[in-house]
Amino acid sequence: MSDAFLNPDHPSVVFACRGVRVFVKDGDTEKQIVRGVDLTVRRGEKHALMGPNGSGKSTLAAALMGHPSYRVEGDIWLNGERIDTLEPHERARRGLFLSFQYPVAVPGVTVANFLRASLAARRGTEIPVRAFRQELNAAFETMSIDPSFITRYLNDGFSGGEKKKLEILQMLLLKPAFSLLDETDSGLDIDALKIVSDGINLASGPDNGLLLVTHYQRILNHVQPDVVHVFMNGHLVRTGGMELVTALEERGYDWLAEEAAIPEGSRA
Amino acid sequence: MSHEEELAGAANAVADARAVRSAELTALNDDYTAKYGFHDPEDYFLKAPKGLNHEVVEMISRKKNEPDWMRAVRHAALDTFRAKPMPRWGDTEGLDGIDFENIHYYIKPKGEQASDWNDVPDQIKKTFDRLGIPEAERKFLAGVTAQYESEVVYHSIREDLTKLGVLFMDMDSALREHPEIVRKWFGKIIPTNDNKFSALNTAVWSGGSFIYVPKGVKVDIPLQAYFRINAENMGQFERTLIIADEDSSVHYIEGCTAPTYSSDSLHSAVVELVAMDRAHIRYTTIQNWSTNVYNLVTKRAHAHTDAVVEWVDGNLGSKLTMKYPAIVLLGERAHGEVLSIAFAGNGQHQDAGAKMTHAAPNTTSRIVSKSISKGEGRSSYRGLVKVNRGAHGCKTSVECDALLIGEHAVSDTYPTMDVAESDVRVEHEARVSKVGEEQLFYLQSRGLDPDKARLMIVNGFIEPFVKELPMEYAVELNRLIELEMEGSVG
Repeated sequence: MSDAFLNPDHPSVVFACRGVRVFVKDGDTEKQIVRGVDLTVRRGEKHALMGPNGSGKSTLAAALMGHPSYRVEGDIWLNGERIDTLEPHERARRGLFLSFQYPVAVPGVTVANFLRASLAARRGTEIPVRAFRQELNAAFETMSIDPSFITRYLNDGFSGGEKKKLEILQMLLLKPAFSLLDETDSGLDIDALKIVSDGINLASGPDNGLLLVTHYQRILNHVQPDVVHVFMNGHLVRTGGMELVTALEERGYDWLAEEAAIPEGSRA
Repeated sequence: MSHEEELAGAANAVADARAVRSAELTALNDDYTAKYGFHDPEDYFLKAPKGLNHEVVEMISRKKNEPDWMRAVRHAALDTFRAKPMPRWGDTEGLDGIDFENIHYYIKPKGEQASDWNDVPDQIKKTFDRLGIPEAERKFLAGVTAQYESEVVYHSIREDLTKLGVLFMDMDSALREHPEIVRKWFGKIIPTNDNKFSALNTAVWSGGSFIYVPKGVKVDIPLQAYFRINAENMGQFERTLIIADEDSSVHYIEGCTAPTYSSDSLHSAVVELVAMDRAHIRYTTIQNWSTNVYNLVTKRAHAHTDAVVEWVDGNLGSKLTMKYPAIVLLGERAHGEVLSIAFAGNGQHQDAGAKMTHAAPNTTSRIVSKSISKGEGRSSYRGLVKVNRGAHGCKTSVECDALLIGEHAVSDTYPTMDVAESDVRVEHEARVSKVGEEQLFYLQSRGLDPDKARLMIVNGFIEPFVKELPMEYAVELNRLIELEMEGSVG
């Protein structure tokens, strides 16, 4: 792969990381979850990250966004700029986005108020009400979310599918440069999966990129990633294309673990 | 436009108004001291010496030219105050900090009560201008009184309401102009000997609001009073009495502030409400005392058959607040609600709650109490729900929600239920939550800085309360919360 040799601040690269290690507090000591990840995503590329349950995929995604529970070593670039010392909101304002596996409810805060504040933060300017409302209505229609959700409290009492649709709606509105999509397909029925996938494709363009974390082939059939990574035991053990997805679907993860010489106890 | 779009539009309009206020606020970069903490030079017509005795009581009553019966009530109340022990309900340790001999019990500002804003003495006018009172009146109020220290300095009411027979004036004027109504109801809901502080108020009361709404009259927009303490070591003891006659309705709002001094002031009001058959009273309080004020208020309402009484009570500021708005449901199917929020910052204790007595069958009640404790603040919910023998078929629900900001914030809950009948539905729910790391991270991951994210979570928490307020008050309260939250990192 020539990408590994591409400078992380090369103009064609939207997102890159080098030597990322993630540690989490475990009593008085630290436990290492991610053991050194290098990733280079060029503009216009869609990457998938697959791996068994508990391999640390979600931890990696949250850590790249700057979750305060993790200590992170390594370098992270967004649009050629180092962002690894920035707080999450500063990363977000520069165009990093995380679609949560379990979006958090904030009772009393309406979806409209939340989205307007987020948009203003991302764009660095207040959005006039009328323009905002038009944009919002269009996005709700695109994502097939009932407009009554605009005045509901954020993720409060939403079904799993509604939450995921609202995550992708935010991706559409915020127009991130790089999106981390953490198991956006989990808990979706076929119709919702189609809507969410279409939303992701609509939000993808020649200038941005994304990393889609998933267990399953079905969303990848819709989103069609350019690059597929397999993540095990805190490492990227294999990088390829869609053929890798088919192989995993047929053979599971064990053969890759054996090739990567990961001891049986550490394959999660 | 669909209903949803209208809703969204309305939500956006509120969001807009808040955003504008928020921008103003940022521009101002003020805090309590800048906005409310200023004090005027003291220039009074009469300032009673510190301390409490029969001479002070006599002087207050004489200056007010009161009838003999009221003077006798005051003197008897002073004796009751002295004889009564400190209350055992509430933060009894916190009360020990009060030095009753270091308080001025009566201060009369210069000038007479004005009904034209231009006639209010300049210094006082400036104070209320600064607090936005005349502007608020022009915009959305049916009537206003403004009390400065012990006396009401300004008063007005919409003419059409006067024609309908609505009475809205300060208590002193009511005692002069409508002695028969005052005598009939004064101290009937909260007797002098109810507690030490009701006795104190009865002995030295001055000012406060008097409202009488005749049968069938609905007052469509709120009546308001504004209470301002200016002098150091001042005691403000307003006395409020609201009577809503049969089939009438009224919404009364009060706001309170005081400057910041190094030594303590005392605010101890008594508020009595009577809702006759099918009447509706809503009483909204937004108080934002400086942190050296002891705020010890006794509030109680009587609700007769099919009447509705609602206390909407927002408690910010003060050193110690002890306030438990009470409703006695005397008539069948009467309904009582207490909706309150309390915000306790460093060094503050908000001890607030409600008391609900079901004294008749098929009465219903609801208590919703929300508290926020920040830094080393402490907020307590203290509530009593009582269902008397014979009060069959009652329903009551109590919901306490506490939000903690930081590792040292404290919240506690002291609910008391005393139920004498079996066919009663009682619900009680209590929740304590912290401003969660996951909520913060979620909002931050959408570009909101931590202060803004925290504020959003807190505003969301109090939203069920805020949406009960008129728009202007909702904006003001959000703004006050914003001030309290400034720089409130973990």
